[in-house]
Amino acid sequence: MAPDPNSNAKRMSLIVTKGSLDWAYPPFILATTAAAMGLEVSMFFTFYGLTLLKKKLNLHVSTLGNPAMEMPMFGMHIGMPNLVSAIPGVDAAATTMMKNLIKKKGVASIEELRSMALESDVKMIACQMTMDLFEYKREDLIEGPELGGAATYIETATKSDINLFI
Amino acid sequence: MTAQVLDVKGLNCPLPILRAKKALKDVPVGETLQVLATDPGAVKDFEAFCRTTGNELVESSVQDKVYKFLIKRTG
Repeated sequence: MAPDPNSNAKRMSLIVTKGSLDWAYPPFILATTAAAMGLEVSMFFTFYGLTLLKKKLNLHVSTLGNPAMEMPMFGMHIGMPNLVSAIPGVDAAATTMMKNLIKKKGVASIEELRSMALESDVKMIACQMTMDLFEYKREDLIEGPELGGAATYIETATKSDINLFI
Repeated sequence: MTAQVLDVKGLNCPLPILRAKKALKDVPVGETLQVLATDPGAVKDFEAFCRTTGNELVESSVQDKVYKFLIKRTG
């Protein structure tokens, strides 16, 4: 499914480096929406982004590293200090809260967005080096993505109108 | 003359656009798709979607917090 060099469609290329539940949304929302608007989209999954290609997704959020995180609770927005992440159960609670909010507000699940991306011919490339590094096997990942390295990404990027690092 | 109605009430970005794109595939060229949504962001999104894809946004209105978009498939 290489992009047609003769097509006039704009192209977007994304590098996906993070695998937490909150960080999974921007790449999949942008990719599916761009594809719906006629762009040719390519997503390069590397480092923790590779976990988004696993067959069974088990995504979490953490309060750690997210100093601006606020959850709607008790009619207010309650900030989540980084330190509370050290308390057992807090990150699991934050993850559950996030998942409940997503369901309640009619936001698509990552699984749904990922299927829609594949259906819309979004090209997905799994970083070969990351797979070696973390000892992932091809069977751990969903069908669809190809394997590639940095040069694969660079070539795609030189031909893309939009290049995003997420 | 509306050929089809797509109800995406209660669904949040980007689902209204994604579902509309899918539904438009089954709309014959020249016919329209009516989309009902509750996501306020969908107003600008459908304008942008139509501008970028060349489909015509025949109507964009709101009544009782339900947004109604009429999209004509042009190609």
